[in-house]
Amino acid sequence: MQHYLAFLSEYGPRFFEGAIVTAQQTVLAAVLAISIALIMGLMRLSDQFFVRWAATGYIEVFRGTSLLVQLFWIFFVLPLLGITLEKFTAGFIAVGMNLGAYGAEVVRGAILSVPRGQYEAALALNMSPTQRMVRIILPQAFLAMLPPWGNLLIELLKGTALVALISVTDLMFHAKQINGSTFLSAEAFGTALIIYYLMARLVISPAMRAMEDFMARKMGRT
Amino acid sequence: MVRFANVTKRYGPLTVLDALNLDVNQNEIVSIIGPSGSGKTTVLRMLMTLEEIDDGVIYVDGTPLTHMERGDELVRANNAHLRQMRSNVGMVFQHFNLFPHMTALQNCMEAPVRVLRLSKEEARHRASELLEMVGLADKIDQHPSRLSGGQQQRVAIARALAMRPKVMLFDEVTSALDPEVIGEVLNVIRQLAGEHSLTMLMVTHQMGFAREISDRVCFFYAGNIAEQGSPDQLFGNPENERTRQFLSAVLDAG
Repeated sequence: MQHYLAFLSEYGPRFFEGAIVTAQQTVLAAVLAISIALIMGLMRLSDQFFVRWAATGYIEVFRGTSLLVQLFWIFFVLPLLGITLEKFTAGFIAVGMNLGAYGAEVVRGAILSVPRGQYEAALALNMSPTQRMVRIILPQAFLAMLPPWGNLLIELLKGTALVALISVTDLMFHAKQINGSTFLSAEAFGTALIIYYLMARLVISPAMRAMEDFMARKMGRT
Repeated sequence: MVRFANVTKRYGPLTVLDALNLDVNQNEIVSIIGPSGSGKTTVLRMLMTLEEIDDGVIYVDGTPLTHMERGDELVRANNAHLRQMRSNVGMVFQHFNLFPHMTALQNCMEAPVRVLRLSKEEARHRASELLEMVGLADKIDQHPSRLSGGQQQRVAIARALAMRPKVMLFDEVTSALDPEVIGEVLNVIRQLAGEHSLTMLMVTHQMGFAREISDRVCFFYAGNIAEQGSPDQLFGNPENERTRQFLSAVLDAG
C-alpha cells in the first residue's frame, strides 16, 4: 500500500494529464458519433434507394471492420491520398466514425419503435414530413435510444484507448510509458483500469440516467 | 361533400373495398357499421390519405383527393395537392394517438401553430376553447399519461377540431375505452352533431348511438355497402339478410 501511494504521488499528475486527453477524445468522438448516427440512421429509413444504400454501406464498412485498422487507415493511409490529419484529430475521428456506425442502428431502431399511430396522427394533422420527424417522432425515439446510447458511450470511452497506438498522449499512452520506464506493470495498468472504470461509472452512467429522468419528466411519466 | 366513385382497395390478393360508391352530403352524419374486415375503417383511412387508392377516385368538396387533373386525365397527386386536400379532413383514432411528450394544450396547439401558422396566442386561445368544450378545462396542462382513456379521446377530438376541418372522421373512437367512460366521449360527439356544421363519418360498434345521431347508416359487407338508409329504416326494418344477421348478432351480444 505504502508502495502504491508512493507510485501514485510520483506518477499521478501524468495519469491525470492522460485522463484529460482521454476525456477530450471521448467528448469529441461522442459528438461526432451522435451526429453520424443521427444522419445515417435517418438515411437508412429514407425511401430513396440510393440514400439508403449509402448509409448501409457506411454502417457495414465501419461496423464490419476493426476500429484499430480504421484508426491506422485514417492516420497512416489517408496521407498517401493527400489527406493528412493531426494525430489527435485522427484519433477521435476514427473512434467517432466507428461508434457512429453502431449508433446509426440504435437511432434507426428507436425511430421504428415509435408506434405507427403517432406518425398517422401527425399526418392527419397535416404536418409536413420534416415536422412529423422533428416534432413528433424524434422526441419519442430519443427516449427509447438513451439506454443503448449509455452502453455505446461507455464502449466509446474504452475505444479511445486505441489512440495511444498513434501516439496521442491519452491515459493509455501514459500508462504504457510509465510501465516502460518503471516496469511496474500492475500499478501502471491497474491505475489506468481504475480511472477508465471511474470515468464510465461516475460520469457517463449518471449523466445518462439524469438525461433519462429529464426526458421521462417531459413525457409526464414521473 | 365526400364522394367515393368506384373506389377499390386491395392488400395483396385481398380486396378490402370493391368498387365502392358512396356520397356524403355537407353536414350529413353517416355511420358505418358492419362485421370486422368489411372495409369500414379502410374508408376512413383512405379519406385521411393514410392508405393509397388502387382504383377509382375520391372527391372531397368536388376536388379529387389523391388525384390531380392534368388536361383530361387524372394523375396521382403531388404532395402539395395532398396537403391542400388534407386540410379539409380531421380524424380521431381508436387508440387516440395523442403525442405523449406534449400536454393536452400542446397537443391541440402543435399543428395550428406549425401547419396553419397561427400565432401562439391565437392557437392557445383556440385550443383552450376546444378543451373547455370537451369538458377538460382543468386538464390542459396534463400529459396524456395522466389522463383516463375517455379524457385522452376528448383531447384527441379537440386536437382534430383545432384544425377546423370540414369533414371529421371517427374511427371506432370508443372501442378502446372502458365502458364507464364511453358516455363522456359520445356526449362530445353528440354535441358536435347538434351543431350541424360538420360533415361526419363514423365507424362504430355503438348501435344505439349510431341510431340516435346519424342521418344515414351504411352497413358494410365484404368491401361494399350491402344496405344503407335512415337509422330507423336500417335498424327497424332491415331488408338485407346479412344486415339482419349482423344486427341480431350484435344486439344479442350487447
